[in-house]
Amino acid sequence: MAEPILEFDDVDIRYRTDGDDVRAVNGASFAIDEGDYFGLVGESGCGKSTIADSIVGGLDDNGEVVSGEIRFKGEQIQDYSESEFNENVRWKEVSVIPQSSMNSLDPVMKLSEQAVEMAKYHTDLSRPAALDRLRELFDVVGLSESRISDYPHQFSGGMQQRAIIAFALFLQPSLIIADEPTTALDVIMQDQIMDYINGLKDDWDVSMLLITHDISLVFENCDSMAVMHGGQIAETGTVDDVFDRPRHPYAILLQNAFPDVRFPDRELAVIDGHPPQLRDEVDFCTFADRCPWAEPACREGAPPATPVAGDDDHLAWCVRAGEMSELAANHLERSTESTSILEGGQ
Amino acid sequence: MSDGAPVLELRSLEKHFDTTSGITETIRNRLVGEGPKLVRAVDDLNLTLAENQVQGVIGESGCGKTTLLRTIIGLYDPTGGEMRFHGRPTSEFTKDEWKEFRRHVQIVFQDPFNSLDPKFSVRRTLAEPLEIHGIDYDRTDIEEMLESVGLTPASQYIQQFPNQLSGGEKQRVAIARALITEPDVILADEPASMLDVSTQAEILNLLNELTDEFGVSMVYISHDLSTVSYICDHINVMYLGRIVEKAPTRALLADPKHPYTQALIRSIPIPDPHYDREQATIGGEPGDPIDMPEGCRFKNRCPERMDVCDETPLDVAPDGDGDREVACHLYYDHEERAGAEPKPAASDGGERP
Ligand SMILES: Nc1ncnc2c1ncn2[C@@H]1O[C@H](COP(=O)(O)OP(=O)(O)OP(=O)(O)O)[C@@H](O)[C@H]1O
Ligand SMILES: Nc1ncnc2c1ncn2[C@@H]1O[C@H](COP(=O)(O)OP(=O)(O)OP(=O)(O)O)[C@@H](O)[C@H]1O
Ligand code: SF4
Ligand SMILES: [Mg+2]
Ligand SMILES: [Mg+2]
Repeated sequence: MAEPILEFDDVDIRYRTDGDDVRAVNGASFAIDEGDYFGLVGESGCGKSTIADSIVGGLDDNGEVVSGEIRFKGEQIQDYSESEFNENVRWKEVSVIPQSSMNSLDPVMKLSEQAVEMAKYHTDLSRPAALDRLRELFDVVGLSESRISDYPHQFSGGMQQRAIIAFALFLQPSLIIADEPTTALDVIMQDQIMDYINGLKDDWDVSMLLITHDISLVFENCDSMAVMHGGQIAETGTVDDVFDRPRHPYAILLQNAFPDVRFPDRELAVIDGHPPQLRDEVDFCTFADRCPWAEPACREGAPPATPVAGDDDHLAWCVRAGEMSELAANHLERSTESTSILEGGQ
Repeated sequence: MSDGAPVLELRSLEKHFDTTSGITETIRNRLVGEGPKLVRAVDDLNLTLAENQVQGVIGESGCGKTTLLRTIIGLYDPTGGEMRFHGRPTSEFTKDEWKEFRRHVQIVFQDPFNSLDPKFSVRRTLAEPLEIHGIDYDRTDIEEMLESVGLTPASQYIQQFPNQLSGGEKQRVAIARALITEPDVILADEPASMLDVSTQAEILNLLNELTDEFGVSMVYISHDLSTVSYICDHINVMYLGRIVEKAPTRALLADPKHPYTQALIRSIPIPDPHYDREQATIGGEPGDPIDMPEGCRFKNRCPERMDVCDETPLDVAPDGDGDREVACHLYYDHEERAGAEPKPAASDGGERP
């Protein structure tokens, strides 16, 4: 079995505020195997970007990993200093396509100059070689090579996004963290970029953490995945296992709520309620208030990781995970009678 | 304002950017006899927004969607064509009329990371437009608005600053800011792109309610066809500055006509790891609004390309369906059309000086 390139072990992350702290991530555990593409999905505000930021020491100033271990290539990094992150993790090892990528470009510098700077600090590429590499990558992400010397503001939202993707690939990192990399893109471009990202595996040893709210992207492009809800990991496993046998109620309801263009007339299930704001100790299942199957035990402690019988490395953090196949039977069966408008026409 | 006129009418609207950078390039271009480097971001675009209607605009990155909205709201001056608001040309607007216009027409900007002022708390962000337009309010109004975009309990968010909010939370604050002045027209630029399905459904329901119950009209930009279909009556597919297909939503999804629309629909990912989606066959290079091809702008990527595609296609009603329009040579008999009045060969070719 491949060694994990990244491991989260019972990690808590908090943001200090004037009032109570925000407990953004609680008891998070998962591992990304070397060479795997790993998807992280979950509701807005559930802590996805916080997890991404913590890996490269990029939490906001008021944020902190308060307990647990984050290991990159076996080495603990949660307590790294700024310079240790720069030396051992950022840039050449791990590159990030940040969610706010539209303002991660330097507005007063031509893109070509930004690439030359990056090459100067992190590689021994000459200026012409750096520009060649940028042209090549622009081509890959569907930007015209003639626009490498534009300023960021001359690009549309999606063009800036693609420029960032090109920059993230520039140094051939071993782990790419892509936080909503294609939300600003149309589906055709998204398709082409994901296709390209899938092909990177052939060029060098690369793993990926793909953060998105679009579960279809994960199903189509990842090997394994985690579903998050309200600062807790709800379920992890291979994408096939999580799709075929979801065992956390949020993962189950999420799949029913997902629009599928094959069936535009299908009623979409809505997940009622909102995740709680996490200001006090999180010693309960954060889905309990929204869960149709909650029982008192769900509020009596954070649910333990429960292996799903018969599957390898498939875990659900739900006290009733073992009963879910019966409790949620009617949610789990997939309707077969509706016909896809894509396959049969009409 | 003339009654019965559509809320908003765009006729052959055009917004070109001159990207010639600096004097030396200008001189060089003169010497070699080249025109300025024009980005034809919006080019010969027609759109009518009726009261209470939601017009969706979809299209690839860089095709001009944001430029279109910014031109409508008056942030850019159009370089050609005409824009009418309740029948009155905006080019004739007085200062007061612009002020009135800005109160009634609100925009949700595409990128909440850039469009929220980092120094403003959520409370101040929402209070600002109310103050600008002299509308009375109290804290409850702001809290109610926040809760209706799913930021509950509002008291937990009201003091936060943008950098303390997640991407989707920022996006909802941006929506709340646009809605709080109770506009008649909303221009929404990818307003739900960062939201998960459940939160998205909530926002879409809220927008639907506004349009159904309060007569609000909306131009809704998105590249996500599955959400567009929930909210829009009509969909306009934009390609390189021009609308290449318009149709009622359901008709467009079930039976797309333009080869580009067909590719768009085939590129939507499917939430099922066992489903082997056939990928769209159109080639790489997205359109470049600087060097636009002559004739159909999609021709270089189109699997159906014919010789006639070197000429600009007319907007025609496919299968005689008066509700739809498509700009593609596949859908009309050219001989029969030859007699019909030619559309001004428009801005497509290189005929311009
Ligand atoms: N600097 C900060 N100070 C206080 N709270 C913060 C800060 N940054 C984030 N938060 C809060 O932490 C929680 C998790 O935020 P995070 O950005 O990780 O969410 P996310 O899962 O990436 O959401 P989205 O999909 O909307 O981007 C949110 O409730 C957010 O309001
Ligand atoms: N201020 C500007 N100066 C020069 N060119 C510009 C400017 N603003 C936009 N453009 C160009 O106009 C074209 C259309 O850009 P626009 O932002 O309208 O696209 P969009 O359809 O909104 O794309 P996206 O989906 O990526 O946001 C692009 O080629 C862009 O580079
Ligand atoms: S007009 Fe021609 S090139 Fe354009 S989309 Fe139709 S068939 Fe293709
Ligand atoms: Mg985020
Ligand atoms: Mg845009």
